Amino acid sequence: MIIAVASGKGGTGKTTIASSLALAVSPASTTFLDCDVEAPNAHFFLEPTFSQHEEVGLLIPQVDEERCTACGRCAEVCQYHAIVVLAGKVLVFPELCHGCGSCTLNCPEDAIKEVPDVLGMLEGGRTASGIYFARGVLNIGEPMAVPIIRQLKAWQPVQDGEVVIRDVPPGTSCPVVESIRGADFVVLVTEPTPFGLHDLRLAAQLVRDLELPAGVIVNRDGIGDRQVDDYCREAGLPIMMRIPMDRRIAEALAQGHLLVEAFPEYLPRFQDLYAQIRTLVEAGTGSELQTQSTRIKMGSLQGIRQTE
Amino acid sequence: MKLAISADGPQLEAQLDARFGRCAYFIFVDTETHAWEASPNPAIDARGGAGTQAAQFIANQGAQAVISGHFGPNAFEALDAAGIKMYAAAAGRVESVVEEFSSGRLKKVTVPGASGHHGGRGRH
Repeated sequence: MIIAVASGKGGTGKTTIASSLALAVSPASTTFLDCDVEAPNAHFFLEPTFSQHEEVGLLIPQVDEERCTACGRCAEVCQYHAIVVLAGKVLVFPELCHGCGSCTLNCPEDAIKEVPDVLGMLEGGRTASGIYFARGVLNIGEPMAVPIIRQLKAWQPVQDGEVVIRDVPPGTSCPVVESIRGADFVVLVTEPTPFGLHDLRLAAQLVRDLELPAGVIVNRDGIGDRQVDDYCREAGLPIMMRIPMDRRIAEALAQGHLLVEAFPEYLPRFQDLYAQIRTLVEAGTGSELQTQSTRIKMGSLQGIRQTE
Repeated sequence: MKLAISADGPQLEAQLDARFGRCAYFIFVDTETHAWEASPNPAIDARGGAGTQAAQFIANQGAQAVISGHFGPNAFEALDAAGIKMYAAAAGRVESVVEEFSSGRLKKVTVPGASGHHGGRGRH
């Protein structure tokens, strides 16, 4: 069972919910993936000891100038304009390359080989409570998060009966799509404000497009207005939990405490949330929708510099 | 010399388009004969890499120099590699910008500008 915790709007409490949900499910059979590779923060709360580290990235073209005839075929087929042929020379722009391999496949002279371009790091380890925790960390200055997220998802095989909780980055852009794709259920965390509603609508649309079942958690309940409730009713999105606006919760989180540890009365509520998710998934709304992961070309790159 | 100018329309009366990679048109002017032609910029709707695509385009058209408002880092690197000289103009109609170029009043661009509005230099 794979549960993605997403939000649309940033700062609504994705990590708060995801980390407490991980503890409420049996920790020893739970994997937590921090998919917010541009700003991972769940480790502050779950405090894993990282024992595995692996550099990851993309395969990018390297041109053999001896063989290249500057015919320009590579530049023609590149959808991302990451390779250009100018003044008889081929120029590669690694920051634009998506690693699709079209240039290599189409080169009539076999003058292109693919070389690893490291974009970031995967790290994994156990928390004190036994949760297996893994995260991706995008290198500073690297613009493309999706390959890291894709490889984080594929890094460790999921065992039967295991629950995977993915802490999704905010927004509705490509990294969010990649983080949600393949999940069995999406938890959308929002706050009852016009901003929360605006971004909830976008996130709900994304989840609909991916044809995944979803439910909503209203965090900081009691502020704002009733529009999120009205929207959820109209959109047929169940509100699965409400967490009130409470200064004590904010203080505990600011000190790095987990919600269910600082306030143990929340533990049964998170257990109930998990039971609700199971029921909805078993009702079979979207479980047939396991998407095939798109072409992963990292086979040869995985483990190029693995340290244990 | 074949000169390329980024423009917001396909005529000499059009205004200079300050964006190199995502300008609407390129006007190519022969500085000796004053013959000119306009081509739509194929990179205008590129999801990314507009600068490199536009550079490839004007290089293929045989431009030896280009005038625009600013050149992003990728466009700069590609144009520089192609040996296409870059000149910066602030604003104005294409014909007057060409005149400024001919009288040597435009500054040659030797360092890349800031990256584009589309999230900067890179992949998305």
